[in-house]
Amino acid sequence: MILGLYNYWVVVVLMMIGLYIVIAHGNLIKKIVGLTIFQTAVFIFYISMAKVDGATAPVLAEGISQYSNPLPHVLILTAIVVGIATVALGLALAVRINEAYGSIEEESIQNQDNQEC
Amino acid sequence: MLIQLPALAVILPLLSAPLCLFLRRSLLAWLFTVIASGLTMLVSITLLQQVMASGTIVYEMGGWSAPWGIEYRIDKLNAYVLLIVSSISTVVLLAAHTSIEKEIPQDRHTLFYVLYLLSLAGLIGVVITGDAFNVFVFLEISSLAAYSLIALGEDRRALWAAYQYLIMGTIGATFILIGIGLMYQMTGTLNMDDLSRRLPEVAQTRTVFAAYAFIIVGVCLKVALFPLHRWLPNAYAYAPSVVTAVLAATSTKVAVYLLIRFTFSIFGISFSFTTVPLQTIFVILGLLGIFAASTTAIFQKNVKHLFAYSSVAQIGYMIVGFSIGTTTGLMATLLHLFNHALMKSALFLALGAVMYRIGSAQLSQFQGLGRQMPFTMAAIVAGGLSLIGVPLTVGFVSKWYLVLAALENGWWPVAVLVLLGSLLALVYVWRIVEAAYFNEPPAGRGAVEEAPLGFLIPVWVLVTANIYFGMDTRLSVQVAQAAAQSLFGVSP
Repeated sequence: MILGLYNYWVVVVLMMIGLYIVIAHGNLIKKIVGLTIFQTAVFIFYISMAKVDGATAPVLAEGISQYSNPLPHVLILTAIVVGIATVALGLALAVRINEAYGSIEEESIQNQDNQEC
Repeated sequence: MLIQLPALAVILPLLSAPLCLFLRRSLLAWLFTVIASGLTMLVSITLLQQVMASGTIVYEMGGWSAPWGIEYRIDKLNAYVLLIVSSISTVVLLAAHTSIEKEIPQDRHTLFYVLYLLSLAGLIGVVITGDAFNVFVFLEISSLAAYSLIALGEDRRALWAAYQYLIMGTIGATFILIGIGLMYQMTGTLNMDDLSRRLPEVAQTRTVFAAYAFIIVGVCLKVALFPLHRWLPNAYAYAPSVVTAVLAATSTKVAVYLLIRFTFSIFGISFSFTTVPLQTIFVILGLLGIFAASTTAIFQKNVKHLFAYSSVAQIGYMIVGFSIGTTTGLMATLLHLFNHALMKSALFLALGAVMYRIGSAQLSQFQGLGRQMPFTMAAIVAGGLSLIGVPLTVGFVSKWYLVLAALENGWWPVAVLVLLGSLLALVYVWRIVEAAYFNEPPAGRGAVEEAPLGFLIPVWVLVTANIYFGMDTRLSVQVAQAAAQSLFGVSP
């Protein structure tokens, strides 16, 4: 039971680690790292879901009758692209924030904003 | 040609975006974007007419039939939301050329229009598609474009607001992705129509409960439902004026559409409202949102912040209507989608005109503006009256149906609270009126001219729509009613 669902345990653990980093860390880069871990956990979830025990990759070949479901794998390719775009944009914003505020720590940025108000 | 219309609605803005990149001159890029957005609006109008006349349109992308290929399925609900998104985008865009002249550096104008078109394409795609995974992809296209658009704001706080929105938005989108994955695991399909038929068979499993919870929380992050609204006020306040006007009017509306689609069409009413205690949660959060956000709005010093909090409160009204769970309640929500889009785009665009002339949206700077910018301030007052829900404005129409729906259901305390919430709106709108009309201009400020026509025309088009649709409610009420009825009729 527990070993059979090994992949899903990994997914849950990674997901929680990722979400925790996003919430708990004040450093903008670390937040993005957390976000990436969180998203990767979801990718693993989709990929594990499509794997059929004892089946091969979905390529037509003689003597093979069972294939894994290729659809979730393809979906995840799209999701990975979306993830890359998000990370790239997040990092670009972090660079611009560093130029504008001279810091990438949430607390320091928030303090500077509060003084302006 | 007419058969290809559903595809055109997405392809037009999506392909115009890279083409726009070649137009170096700001004016050319603007004209090009206006044409692309205007054509999209024409397509939406035609689609709405077709749907109202002959029922749901099904379009198979690339000729691949439904459970395998992506299907665009346009019923009364999407056609209605498509019209809202594309028409508001077009009207707001008319002011863009004048507005970004002062707010965005010259060399970024073309990029601004590219992002604008991408955001439009994403929003239209979310609404039009009949495939659950496709929703996620389009949602991210529109969101990524929106983060970048917000970051174009001249204040450095815009960057910080965009970053926070990016983090929250991505968590929301990933939650939706998890939910879609869980649904796929149970049913083996991503097609919404297929899902709605297969989900009831497995509705009593924990996986489906988890899927529903993930999707609702994810969508509510995008809706900015109280208490998940923290990203919204700063994002709206520091984004360029045009961006605020278009985002406030369209992006949260599209998220509300998703909420309705997932709850009513895919999971079905009996699952969403009886198996899961969604009704209780939403009515409480909706009412809390109305009061908490309206009260916060009263104490804001920046008028953009004020209207941003007011947006959170207005989303509360939509959620209350939704949670009543009757045809009239849903109809009130749909009407408010349309009406709130009209009010907020008019208000934020008028604020853009104020920003253009005095370079600030601080309430203290509004003193004496009533005489210096009479047309702009009159537009803000008209929009504000609509926000309160004064008769003869659109705001009245949606509040009327909302109170009616609550009373029909015997929820009179909710009806009373909705009316009390309107009084809070009266307070914050009055603060602007008081500053603009009953105070002298601050010493040291030179003469302020009325806003240029580039602003006044789109602002007054929207204000006129606010009043016109408040008196002649045939279009909005008929379509909203038909959409609400079809959602209750078709779903199990």
